[in-house]
Amino acid sequence: MDDTTVAVEHVSKKFRRGELHDSLRDLVPALVRRAVRRTGRPELAAREFWALDDVSFTVGRGEALGVVGGNGAGKSTLLKLLGRILRPTRGAVRIHGRLSALIEVSAGFHPDLTGRENVYLYGTILGMSRQDIRRRFDAIVGFSGLEEFMDTPVKRYSSGMFARLGFSVAAHVDPDVLLVDEVLSVGDLVFQRRCMERMREVIRQGTTVLFVSHNLRAVNDLCSRALLLDHGRVTAAGAPAEVTQAYLLASLAGRRDVDGRDAHIARITVRGADGPRTLFQAGERAWVDVELAARTACERLSVSLVVQDGNAQQVFDTSTERLGQRPIDLQAGGIFRCSVQLDLHLAPGTFHLGAILKRYDIEREYDRWAPAASIVIESDRDVRGVANLYPRVVAFEPGPASPGSGRP
Amino acid sequence: MTRGVSGRGRLARWWDLVAMLAWRDIRIKYKQSVMGFLWAILMPALVVGAGVAVQYGLGWYAGRQVDTRNLAAVAVKSVPWAFFVASLRFATNSLIANSELVTKVYLPREVFPVAAVLSQFADFGVASLVLIVILAFTGVGASVALVWVPLLVLGLVALCLGLGMFLSAAALFFRDVKYLVDVVITFAVFFTPVFYPVEIFGRHASAALLNPVAPLLVGLAGAVVGGRPPDPGWTAYALGVAAACCAGGVLAFRRLEPWFAERI
Repeated sequence: MDDTTVAVEHVSKKFRRGELHDSLRDLVPALVRRAVRRTGRPELAAREFWALDDVSFTVGRGEALGVVGGNGAGKSTLLKLLGRILRPTRGAVRIHGRLSALIEVSAGFHPDLTGRENVYLYGTILGMSRQDIRRRFDAIVGFSGLEEFMDTPVKRYSSGMFARLGFSVAAHVDPDVLLVDEVLSVGDLVFQRRCMERMREVIRQGTTVLFVSHNLRAVNDLCSRALLLDHGRVTAAGAPAEVTQAYLLASLAGRRDVDGRDAHIARITVRGADGPRTLFQAGERAWVDVELAARTACERLSVSLVVQDGNAQQVFDTSTERLGQRPIDLQAGGIFRCSVQLDLHLAPGTFHLGAILKRYDIEREYDRWAPAASIVIESDRDVRGVANLYPRVVAFEPGPASPGSGRP
Repeated sequence: MTRGVSGRGRLARWWDLVAMLAWRDIRIKYKQSVMGFLWAILMPALVVGAGVAVQYGLGWYAGRQVDTRNLAAVAVKSVPWAFFVASLRFATNSLIANSELVTKVYLPREVFPVAAVLSQFADFGVASLVLIVILAFTGVGASVALVWVPLLVLGLVALCLGLGMFLSAAALFFRDVKYLVDVVITFAVFFTPVFYPVEIFGRHASAALLNPVAPLLVGLAGAVVGGRPPDPGWTAYALGVAAACCAGGVLAFRRLEPWFAERI
């Protein structure tokens, strides 16, 4: 039996940007002008661009495909083509089974209606019948955690509540193919976790999921395969860890001009015990390989290693000098390898690694490459921040703190 | 494996959507207004009031007594006219007003204008009930000719649907269509025999009846107040135009639909 649920065949989508007449008031004079001045200056040529360019892939039943890429890479266009909201300029999109899209959950809500009414409204828009919704109403409301607010107009909801209810409805539609566009970023951490669990459950039940997200951790976590889009083309496809790595490297490794430097950092790789990767468990051991190259002879060099958090704030640094290594002396054309082992006691999230090449004694900076690689940390402890202190609750009961457990 | 959502037909889903969207519009309208359900009869009541005033004015000018039958005829024509006007306005706006849904979720887009007409039809139903009660009290109506009423109303609804679909798509591409529709509708009442009998046009009565709404309204007034069947020729003409409108509206809508999400 053919298990392909989604087939995208050589799909291209062209958008036109430029002069568009969106009122008769503009159109009629434009037509008259065109008619009168036949030989006149031609209308400004509409600028066209390909939002998607010859994209092909298939997704099997029960498979979860992650789509990553920078802004304007064509991810949303792809989802809209899959959702039949847009039509491809070339190529074809085939979908077997019922499709439901989880694209911006608030679209179906009306602010003046109550939570309960909106559940019915949005459920119907997403393709559920009245009986379906009635049967699942309790599950939907329970999932959202908004039981007490069901008779409140949703305009009184906070934006988080709004999004939670929207996701809860959409998560209970039970389609054959589910398109998800960056909706897991709503709500607090608890709700996000619940969403992830629900997504996993949906995938387990055999639903095909196409998941677009900037949250690489979620992509790594949920998807069995991933696709990297860049300017409308598929530039990488395969295991999520590899694709997200490719994405990070592509987005991080901007143009580095090393021509004029006496010595530079030629390569930075992060690997686990089993080779290069991006996804690590908190506390896991990782190795950072740094390769140096010199154009002219350089003396007394040291390598600094820096770690930045997801917002590019530096949260850690060390250097071969401070770690007690001898200074590095390089011949002209020489290459040097330095490998640093790190125990990643980090909170869950994305971190960037980089290196700086300096002279040992006079602090002259030869090269700085940070961020150069990114890693994603996962942890079984829900902690926030940078450090992971692996908290564990050891007493949780009424009564005073026992001696020695609190402050002196 | 059980698929929770039963595999219903497209038509069932289509109807669910239309009903739900119409219900939403009705619900919002009554929620936002203190007057609640009275709102449904206020607009037609105003139109009827205007018609009655015109009747009295004409009567006074001509030095004639205004009789109940004339007033009843005006009322019977005004209520469907109010429905026609509100439907067109509402349907014209329906796609733009739902642009979030048009660009974010796939729905068969014709549900928007259709639901707009349906929600106005609910108002029309309420207003008609009130009118029936009033007519019953004044002893007007009740004849065999009433069997024609559903057909004439159907024609009017078809006209609204066809025009509504076409205009909603047009308004999506050209934002000023909305204002044009407003202006045309405002003046249309002068060229449609709503407040006065079609005979007032004298020799040009048939020209006035070319407006497809006119034979329907005249037919309704005749059937309800005069107890006589509508003129077969003009009724057939109006129904034909309504059917053509519907077909044309659907075709144009289908043609343009692929571009909705990009151009809205």
